[in-house]
Amino acid sequence: MFRKLLKCLREYKKVSILTPVFVGFEVVLECIIPFLTAELVGQIEKGCGMDVIVKYSIILLVMALASLAFGAVAGRTCAIATAGFAKNLRKDIFYRVQDFSFENIDKFSTSSLVTRLTTDVQFASMAFSLIIRVAVRSPFMLIFAFVMAFTMGGNLAWVFAVVVPFLGVGLFAIIKIVMPIFKKVFKKYDALNESVQENVKAIRVVKSFVREDYEQKKFEKASEDVRADFTRAERILAFNNPLMQVCLHINMIFVMTAGSAVVVNSMGAQLQVAQLSALLTYSFMILNSLMMISMIFVMITISIESCRRCVEVLDEESTIISPENGAKEIKDGSVDFNDVTFRYPGNNKVDALDHIDLHIPSGATVGIIGSTGSSKTTLIQLICRLYDATSGDVKVGGRNVKEYDLESLRTGVAVVLQKNILFSGTIKENLRWGDPDATDEELEEAARLACADEFINQFPEGYDTYIEQGGVNVSGGQKQRICIARALLKKPAILILDDSTSAVDTRTDAKIRKAMREYIPSTTKIIIAQRTASVEDADFIVVMDGGRINAVGSHKELMQTNEIYRDIYISQNKAGADDE
Amino acid sequence: MSKKHSVYPDVPKREKARKGTIWRVIKTIFKGYPVGASVALVCVIINAVVAATPAIYIQKVIAIVEEAITNKSAWDDVKGNVFLTIGILAATYVVSVLSSFAFYRLMAVITQGTLKNLRCEMFAKMETYPLRFFDSNSDGDIMSHYTNDVDTLRELISECLPQIMISGIIVSTLIGVMLYFSLWMTLVVIGSVVVMFLVTRKVGGMSAKHFMRQRKTIGKAEGFMEEMMHGQKVVKVFCHEDAAKADFDKINEELFKDTERANSYGNVLAPILNNIGNVLYVVLAFVSGVFLITHAKNVSFSGLAFDISVAVPFLNIAKQFAGNINRVSNQVTAVVMGLAGADRIFELIDQEPEQDSGYVTLVNAKVDEKGELTETSEHTGIWAWKHPHSAESTVTYERLMGDVRLFNVDFEYVEGKPVLHDISLYAKPGQKVAFVGATGAGKTTITNLLNRFYDIADGKIRYDGININKIKKSDLRRSLGIVLQDTNLFTGTVLENIRYGKLDATDEECIEAAKLTGADEFIERLPDGYNTWITGGGASLSQGQRQLISIARAAVANPPVMILDEATSSIDTRTEAIVQRGMDALMKGRTVFVIAHRLSTVKNANVIIVLDHGRSIERGSHDELIAMKGQYYSLYTGAFELE
Repeated sequence: MFRKLLKCLREYKKVSILTPVFVGFEVVLECIIPFLTAELVGQIEKGCGMDVIVKYSIILLVMALASLAFGAVAGRTCAIATAGFAKNLRKDIFYRVQDFSFENIDKFSTSSLVTRLTTDVQFASMAFSLIIRVAVRSPFMLIFAFVMAFTMGGNLAWVFAVVVPFLGVGLFAIIKIVMPIFKKVFKKYDALNESVQENVKAIRVVKSFVREDYEQKKFEKASEDVRADFTRAERILAFNNPLMQVCLHINMIFVMTAGSAVVVNSMGAQLQVAQLSALLTYSFMILNSLMMISMIFVMITISIESCRRCVEVLDEESTIISPENGAKEIKDGSVDFNDVTFRYPGNNKVDALDHIDLHIPSGATVGIIGSTGSSKTTLIQLICRLYDATSGDVKVGGRNVKEYDLESLRTGVAVVLQKNILFSGTIKENLRWGDPDATDEELEEAARLACADEFINQFPEGYDTYIEQGGVNVSGGQKQRICIARALLKKPAILILDDSTSAVDTRTDAKIRKAMREYIPSTTKIIIAQRTASVEDADFIVVMDGGRINAVGSHKELMQTNEIYRDIYISQNKAGADDE
Repeated sequence: MSKKHSVYPDVPKREKARKGTIWRVIKTIFKGYPVGASVALVCVIINAVVAATPAIYIQKVIAIVEEAITNKSAWDDVKGNVFLTIGILAATYVVSVLSSFAFYRLMAVITQGTLKNLRCEMFAKMETYPLRFFDSNSDGDIMSHYTNDVDTLRELISECLPQIMISGIIVSTLIGVMLYFSLWMTLVVIGSVVVMFLVTRKVGGMSAKHFMRQRKTIGKAEGFMEEMMHGQKVVKVFCHEDAAKADFDKINEELFKDTERANSYGNVLAPILNNIGNVLYVVLAFVSGVFLITHAKNVSFSGLAFDISVAVPFLNIAKQFAGNINRVSNQVTAVVMGLAGADRIFELIDQEPEQDSGYVTLVNAKVDEKGELTETSEHTGIWAWKHPHSAESTVTYERLMGDVRLFNVDFEYVEGKPVLHDISLYAKPGQKVAFVGATGAGKTTITNLLNRFYDIADGKIRYDGININKIKKSDLRRSLGIVLQDTNLFTGTVLENIRYGKLDATDEECIEAAKLTGADEFIERLPDGYNTWITGGGASLSQGQRQLISIARAAVANPPVMILDEATSSIDTRTEAIVQRGMDALMKGRTVFVIAHRLSTVKNANVIIVLDHGRSIERGSHDELIAMKGQYYSLYTGAFELE
């Protein structure tokens, strides 16, 4: 897993390696400084001259400055390496998602992909930064300070051999106990926040049913639960600091007592008073490093889950891959389903499409109708290979869709999706998704066909009107028409409208269909609709029911022979136009 | 309805807290835990003071050792003295550790308790806020109070405040101790602290500036990524992958630059401060060397001469001193952010709750022998409005019927932008009134006025002859059932969701309501039937099923008046036929206000009112309106777009 993540380093490999190196130098200097200071104080004690003091001071000053320089450079390289790592990881995930098939996207769900791109990348890069900087610094300092302490204090340093494991075991035990509690309580905490969100969203319901007090009590109980668990965990964590202090103190007392004895007994030969204080400095360094190590351990434990989630995306292979040397030319707009069965991946037990045989000649206009859940959308998604059929073949222009170059196929088969989306940007920019090289005239032409030109021209800024994120500043009907225009710009051999005019009034709907009939007669048009009015004039209509084709025929034939179609027609026409 | 009326001008999210926030945080802590917080305060003071004193004992021990060396005494001679001093040191350590332990344990309780109190207060207050509040604040914004702001506040309370206090006390104690040893040396130390302070302000300020920028870029980048992920299927269909990658690269690069810069400043601060500490150490060593050699005259509280026994502990003090300053500087960003978070939390708490001056209440009633309505404590199925008249100090009872009348009602969400003009209408008990019109015509607004989510600007609304302003809001709302397009189910079982309509309903009553509305059939087929657990607003159910549950929920409440706001709009026509049966059962015998996109839903209403830009332009039954060949006719024939 980690190897996979490290591959994201690329151009930042150098700084990533330099960082620990600089950190290493910094640590060495930091550890030598107290040693030399002790020497200096020792010299002063012996009554050395001013020249010695000046010499030592200069050396020390240079070292401090060097340490500062190393530290600063390490900080900077670390920042570059970390930000770079995050950048590349984010990029790799984003690029990978771009290559995903619908199946892959469904598997992860969009909101989880967003979390992976944002929060998880952030956690992973935070862990990375800790590893190259602090995780190098702390153990290195631990070891180096140990060495220095031994060099200086000799046998006195053995006290660390007692204190360090003591602290280490203590810290580890605390983490071991606390981590599972935290994991549990964070889940509860999320649930608590979700309940707040639920309440904010449902405030009208809460208020209409006068449930403010009830909700408040519910919340109070849940948050008391969270509080109790958090408190339990943090009370255990409260051992951390005192534990550290105890170790420091034991150390201090030991060094003071034993040290004094050594100094007095040897009359300052084996150990000098000044060194005593340096020894204390080292003990602080050692224990502090240990503390940092335990902290890093916790942070890394927390971020492992995030790393795993990032790698999961990177490891995911797209289920639909464009074939090498695939066909680029679509001969005509004919579509054939030969005994096609399709089941959504995952634990689905039911076939979404069940032995479909359907043949659409090039240039035909076909209507598809059926209630929700009858797999209308599923059917058309196979045509441009948004999913692959589980069995049977889907052919476009007489050739199996799997043999086409994916981009050519999808350019030739334009789909206006049911859940359609405009992106933030001008109308022009949105339209150019269909054809990046389209001239302004072509854009206007497409808009005219989709009956979008009227309202676009009414906007003060016309085609340069800025669409907000999610297309919130245009109405549903307007959005649908822009989406149709966008698809028309592809000049496709097959145009599929998946319930794409549901918010458009019937007159405009009819106008769009008329325009298509007249201006793009050779394009095969497949129209999924709720309203029978939208498909009445189609060459033939396919009635879907429960993943099967229930009937195929013209409006007239179906009215006579098909019960479902008649039902739908009557329910709408008795009730009048369905204006949803 | 997710219409957002910006009632309040957009206030940029505050980055800096108002003055006094810190005191309010402290006050909140002490209010929740007066004893605990006081004890914790005492503990932390003891701990901090004690933590600063070891230097004195170290100095003593070193002085003893020095003397021993000078006098060439044996270890056994001085050992008693050494042990005594170290014994005292050990005793202070025990006190320090105990107080520190007590402090951290107490803080765990206090921090989490305070957060819980704030969280609950926020929530309790939030529930009382008028709809206007929710209109003018996005869900995400409100949520961030509970997540981000509470998190930063936690850090402030549990880490920053104690750290600053401990360091503050240690630093001031240390200054005392340093002065005890030597004035000159103290001045050197303080001089370097000033330098550290300046550096922190400069570098820290740069870092904070870049952090703010980085936050903005993150917001932008996340917005982009969210949009792209949600539009991923469209990207695929248009083979727009390469263009998306190119756009992404641009934003990603920008994010990289800002992140790198912000973190650089942050990362560089620590080694700088650290090494100023080192330089300080060297300077002190040098100065003390000079003092020792030149035998300069020492000025100190203790009157100690400047010798090695002063110099050595002094170096340690300086280190400790620098370390504490260092620690405080590291807290600066967290403090600023924590206070800003606290400020936003207080801002949420300080909003004005929904006002209610209603005094007419809804009571259980029964008809006595004389045929008059009287109040009763038991549930009779008959409800009455209890209307006290303060002028005559009498009480009258009015039977709850469901008669609703609007007289010349005007309303505006935002001053100067009227939404409803002079609306008058009536609904007799048991009648079905439908509103038809384009988005923004004011259909939902009228229903919002009925249950007083908003108050009218001019005109009058009477419910059973009583001005609704006189009715207590909670009682008014209890008498009005509501089914919305957004079903808003709550996390819990299906049964609990139905019971939401009437909390004391028995299981049988809930199931009865489900049967009445036709929801029973599918609920029984769910894996756990009525005990099926619903999460995420009922994500595992179909839209139609969710709607059926919400209809059952309204049915169990059994109100005399129902408001159905686009209740069936997101269901296809065939499913609607099933839901419709439930709706019909629900509507029977009640006054009903229906808002629907789909005209099939409203066709059989007693009265249909066509709204346009806040005015009622046509009214009548379906047949009358069709005959009129006006707006309704063109809507009905589909010649007009409902947008």
